[in-house]
Amino acid sequence: MTSLLPVLPALLLGVGGMALLLIGVLAKRECATFSTAGSIVLLLAAAWASCSAPDALLFGGLLKTTLFTRFADGIVYVSAAAALVLAFDYNSKEGIARFEYPILVLFAVLGMVVMISANDLMTLYVGFELQSLALYIAAALARDSLRSTEAGLKYFVLGALASGLLVYGISLVYGFTGTTNFTALAALLTGTAGAGTVIGLVFVLVGLAFKISAAPFHMWTPDVYEGAPTSVTALFGTAPKAAAMALFLSVMTGPFGHLLPQWQAIIEILAVISMALGGLAAISQTNIKRLMAYSSIGHMGYALMGLAAGTEAGIQATLVYIAIYVVMSFGAFACIIAMRRQGQAVEKISDLAGLAGQRPGFAFALAVFMWAMAGIPPLSGFFGKLYVFAAAFNAGLTTLAIIGIVTSVINAFYYLRVIKVMYFDAGAPNFDPSAKGVNFIMALGAAVTALFVFLPAPLLSAADAAAKALMG
Amino acid sequence: MPVPLSHFLVVAALLLVIGVFGIFMNRKNIIVIMMSIELVLLAANINFVAFSGALHDMVGQVFTMFVLTVAAAESAIGLAILVIYFRNRGSIEVEDVTTMRG
Repeated sequence: MTSLLPVLPALLLGVGGMALLLIGVLAKRECATFSTAGSIVLLLAAAWASCSAPDALLFGGLLKTTLFTRFADGIVYVSAAAALVLAFDYNSKEGIARFEYPILVLFAVLGMVVMISANDLMTLYVGFELQSLALYIAAALARDSLRSTEAGLKYFVLGALASGLLVYGISLVYGFTGTTNFTALAALLTGTAGAGTVIGLVFVLVGLAFKISAAPFHMWTPDVYEGAPTSVTALFGTAPKAAAMALFLSVMTGPFGHLLPQWQAIIEILAVISMALGGLAAISQTNIKRLMAYSSIGHMGYALMGLAAGTEAGIQATLVYIAIYVVMSFGAFACIIAMRRQGQAVEKISDLAGLAGQRPGFAFALAVFMWAMAGIPPLSGFFGKLYVFAAAFNAGLTTLAIIGIVTSVINAFYYLRVIKVMYFDAGAPNFDPSAKGVNFIMALGAAVTALFVFLPAPLLSAADAAAKALMG
Repeated sequence: MPVPLSHFLVVAALLLVIGVFGIFMNRKNIIVIMMSIELVLLAANINFVAFSGALHDMVGQVFTMFVLTVAAAESAIGLAILVIYFRNRGSIEVEDVTTMRG
């Protein structure tokens, strides 16, 4: 009799999500508040339960929990809870406060947890799809808005294509190796793999690259970020990105770990194109949500650089980068959600003009996030970049690291432009006062981002232990 | 005479190509895109079943069951999104899906 303790967090999310769904359906009144609160409590309970969960190989080798999966799960739980806090106020002001949204987030998180802990291509696929299906619906949450439904449609079509390619790749890997188990694959695929397996691997890579929106598979990102309600965009920019990147790491270093020479070049190309496109395409954007979309494409490029190094230090660097990125990202989205004028959400960069005079705290917080994303020391974003560059240098990828440094200088331009608009442009009318939860997330994100330099040890050692667990 | 494995793989590869082209070349109707997505998933299914037979291993057929289930859920969600999109836009022409330019 296997103990179910290692999957207790996933069980909590699944059973709790279904219970909330039942309550929501049977309740006489709309109960968005209750279901949001219940979902946040469930996510925090899952985070707490996963801290004390033991390492295990479960269900005949289908799932595997290690320190690495707990590290990635923790990021996902916390960022999903933050996204729900942000969503609550925004959704009720926009008239889309439905009890289903937090439950969709719970199921998406369940999918992410399953795919992060997957030790078999089958579990990977099921978790991946559970996550994607919940997120397609979330993108089209504002069902009376043309932009939101168009975002949902685009995300659905391109997402379904990506998962189709992923499962086609899995079928080839299965056919040419005879197994779908990660442990068995890692034992089989030593040395150089045959053409069939490599083609399968490339299809799998494409599916995963789509999920983390690495260029050239990023086409959906700007439109979905712009069209989806901002509360949903805040979710898209954090938890699914972290989960998909963790999945990327565990697939590339686990079953295909010995094929490093065969996939390293592909990851390098993805990283270079993402970094360059994230910077160049963002320059001409006027909508801050589109700007964040291109910014996230760029950030995924930097995070991939650690994977391209293929070393333990590289994995650690990517994990640190993702953790730091998630905090900056939900902080920045808290600021974007707070951009409301006369009851209407505004999302042009020029709407921020003169913010420093009216709301110095808000302007300072957004400035901290923009500086950190640009990678300016001593903010946290600088350390994230430092670690991936160092990992790439030490693994002999000097050209890649130099391209990374050059593009991060180019990227700094558009981040600094936002700061310039806030501090030096003539004032636009005042923003409405924002909700307590939004202000709390904004302040928390800014504090963590700005003060990371004084206390980096816990994150660094946790990421180090997680990387050891993954590679070991 | 048993059909060799390579025949199945070629059919699956053709279906995959038709599906992908259907998504990118199609300028008419979003329903056609949904059909193309189904073709891509079915291509993978044919691969799984063919490999499962050739390898005398059941995992491929189990996987096919999961893919079929997911495909059903996926088309349900896709059609639901398409319906709410149609309510807002009044059209499901591919060329009309351009409120936002990427």
